[in-house]
Amino acid sequence: MLKKVPLRISGVDLFLRLFQIATAVVIIYALYNTATAARYSAGSWATLVFAGLAQGSIYALIALGYTLVYGILLMINFAHGEVYMAGALSTVFLAEYFARSGFLNANPILAILLLILFAALISMIVALLLERIAYRPLRNAPRLIPLITAIGASFTLQYTFRGLFGSQFRSYPAVSVLQGSWNVFGFSVPIVQLVVFFAAVALMAALYWYVERTKAGKAMRAVSEDKDVARLMGINIDKVIVTTFALGGALAGAAGVFNGLFRPQGVFFLMGFFPGIKAFTAAVLGGIGNIPGAMIGGLLLGLIESLGPNLILEGLGIPSANQLKDAIAFTVLVLILIFRPQGILGERLSDKKA
Amino acid sequence: MQTKMNWIVILRYGLIGGVVALYFSMIGMVEAFSLRNLVGTILNLGNILLFGGMLAAGYMAVRQHEGAPFAKKVLAGLLAGAVAALVPILLIVGDQNLALRPIFVNVTPAIIRTLTFGREGAAGFLILTLVSAGVGLLAALYHSLPPRFRSPIGKAIAWTLILAIFSELVIQILRNLSATALSSLLFTGNSFKPAAAIGLLILLTALFFFQEWRHTRHLSADPVATEKTKRARLRTRVIQFILLGAFLLAAPYIVGSFLSQVLFEIGRYVLLGLGLNIVVGYAGLLDLGYVAFFAFGAYTMAILTTTTALNPSPGVFNFWLALPIAVVVGVLFGLILGFPVLRMRGDYLAIVTLGFGEIIRILALSDWLAPIMGGAQGVLSIPVPSLFGIDFRGPERMYYLVLFGSLLAAFISVRLRDSRLGRQWMAMREDEDVAEAMGINLVQTKLLAFAIGAGFSALGGAIFAARLNTIFPHSFNLLISVNALSLIIVGGMGSIPGVIVGAIALVGLPELLRQFQEYRLLMYGIVLIVMMLVRPEGFLPTDIIKRELHRSDAPDQPNVEIQA
Repeated sequence: MLKKVPLRISGVDLFLRLFQIATAVVIIYALYNTATAARYSAGSWATLVFAGLAQGSIYALIALGYTLVYGILLMINFAHGEVYMAGALSTVFLAEYFARSGFLNANPILAILLLILFAALISMIVALLLERIAYRPLRNAPRLIPLITAIGASFTLQYTFRGLFGSQFRSYPAVSVLQGSWNVFGFSVPIVQLVVFFAAVALMAALYWYVERTKAGKAMRAVSEDKDVARLMGINIDKVIVTTFALGGALAGAAGVFNGLFRPQGVFFLMGFFPGIKAFTAAVLGGIGNIPGAMIGGLLLGLIESLGPNLILEGLGIPSANQLKDAIAFTVLVLILIFRPQGILGERLSDKKA
Repeated sequence: MQTKMNWIVILRYGLIGGVVALYFSMIGMVEAFSLRNLVGTILNLGNILLFGGMLAAGYMAVRQHEGAPFAKKVLAGLLAGAVAALVPILLIVGDQNLALRPIFVNVTPAIIRTLTFGREGAAGFLILTLVSAGVGLLAALYHSLPPRFRSPIGKAIAWTLILAIFSELVIQILRNLSATALSSLLFTGNSFKPAAAIGLLILLTALFFFQEWRHTRHLSADPVATEKTKRARLRTRVIQFILLGAFLLAAPYIVGSFLSQVLFEIGRYVLLGLGLNIVVGYAGLLDLGYVAFFAFGAYTMAILTTTTALNPSPGVFNFWLALPIAVVVGVLFGLILGFPVLRMRGDYLAIVTLGFGEIIRILALSDWLAPIMGGAQGVLSIPVPSLFGIDFRGPERMYYLVLFGSLLAAFISVRLRDSRLGRQWMAMREDEDVAEAMGINLVQTKLLAFAIGAGFSALGGAIFAARLNTIFPHSFNLLISVNALSLIIVGGMGSIPGVIVGAIALVGLPELLRQFQEYRLLMYGIVLIVMMLVRPEGFLPTDIIKRELHRSDAPDQPNVEIQA
């Protein structure tokens, strides 16, 4: 029999527990205030929810890229936001061309599919170049080193695209079919939000099927489980890593086009930074390395970000709460990492992994 | 020994060189840099960028033919250069046949003219191919030199180019030393006179050759002399030290106002870098939100010395009184922000601290805290510090403040490194679990690292606020953290001279090349990647880090992963 070890509570644990309770109290207080104030109608909450879901599905697509790479290489591809930017920014020109030639409005489904394919292709190429030039030579280096390379790659990509396409803001052309709104459960929802949401969910389902049901997906899961054993089983590790980067890049490119449909303005060379960090937050929220986790985390983060300012910050009496929207995502990230670093769906990571 | 031609290698390196040339052309760097003449109007920085890749391609192709006869080496160089020209030719053809210009902003008539040397049609392609084959040939000739001559010539070329690139600085210093005759002998405008460049090249080659010759003779000298040389070396060390000290004290008056500003910037980043070096370099805690403490220092100084809602009577605090308070505030926030992240490691810590930095910036920007922190307008009219009636106005005088701050920080860093705490940090950096098992209190050790690093950063921030007299939330973006981190990495983690070298290389040099400001961050990124690939331990590494990063080179350590 093992001797029972007396329970020891360290100061740090105590402090973190108190902090946790304080956070919960503040959030409940804010929710109570908002609920009693009843400043917004159900319709305006619904608007926020649907916008949040559309935005969240875009985060989820980008988050999948982080999660896939992390699952296999245990590294955070800090430059993934730039992979997303590469697809979104390059495709603007094709979209403008389609719009000028009338193809976009004459044949919207085919045109949008082509745009998605093009963006996915560009992002995939960028992701593969990134892997080949910046990450592959450093696979055995101490973990700090690829992270720093990734920061460098992030700057290089941003300013390369600035050099190529200039620094002005561009915007995606409007697609006439996607204007207007549909009636969902008695709320009017912009069509574009529904389309983006369902298209993103379809892509995620396809990815899930690929990873769970195909042989290549099985190889991927094997490599993420144990690289050395996978190699002994005859799996070509390099090929799997390349596939992973390609998949993550393609999804990020698709997310770039969805973002262009959902929020046409603001396409420029620095557009990848915030979505990149937020998608990372989403991946951590769901449990990094976990594919369904990234999807759920993305949607949840979209909702939190969309509802947070009105639901919580206004409840605390903070003026012009929408300015703090970006801070919400970071606060969520910090809180998640402090209280549940394994995320919603993640398993407890061993110290070597965390 | 390989004497057969390796066509694949020639093709591959040629294409890589061509792609590099195409890349620099398409992002506009060649065009922007071609405004900067280096030698007369014959050679400009754009040429270097355009043909540098081809030169490297030729050199790499020739290197694969080590031991081949001279003629084959020459052929390899020529061919690699010619192949490299094909890629930019594609751009020219594309420009003529497709509408590239509305999409790629930097595909302009000027760059096409640079590429074709102003000729139309096939003549343009021919001359580009010939020039780039010629560049490949140069690489082959250089490689065929006996090694005894190769290295002095290479060094001499490099130094001449460096002098040419920083000619403005050289001219400025010559002027302040009232040696204008020398400067007008060497330069026209700010580029070398061709004759002067050639003369300098020959002079430097002779100098480096002589140096190497003396060095080899030294190695074969008898061992009795070593005691004497050791003492002589100590003496030169002391003399160097005194000269350096004298230069640091007199610097603003030698280099003038603009360069004093550059020195101030370097000093500010040395201060930041030394602080971050404690957190990252000693304790191994990757902190990307370091700018937050810089902001705390700056805002504390700003709020205490100006009239704000928090502080209706600003007369109470002058700069000297606010400075220690700013540092204390920084230390306190270091503890507060350090506490929640005690359980995190590596990448997670990096992202959470990045999140902290951004939260602080967004809060400083918001209307919510605007009554205290000034919101988007920032805090204006922070008073100029003064001591014994002397105002620290302008970069020349603020330089002394930041110099003093950095020296203090360097002294504290050295003393901490060799202290018990420093050893605890390094033990923790190597392995947290083992360190804890050895009886190190991780909570205390980590918090001290965060707090002391934050204190340095806050000191830098307070001085920064006093120098600018105005602070905006936008001054405190992620870039400052990234700059500070990069300079530590480039200099060598945990190494104090490394921080200084890193600050000069990453902050000082770009300030001097301000006309290329647009491409500064691009070059930054490239430097970070290349540095990590080629020399991850930095320019001036500490012994421990150097050994750690080259562990896989040691024969007794089996390399588990197979590198592609």
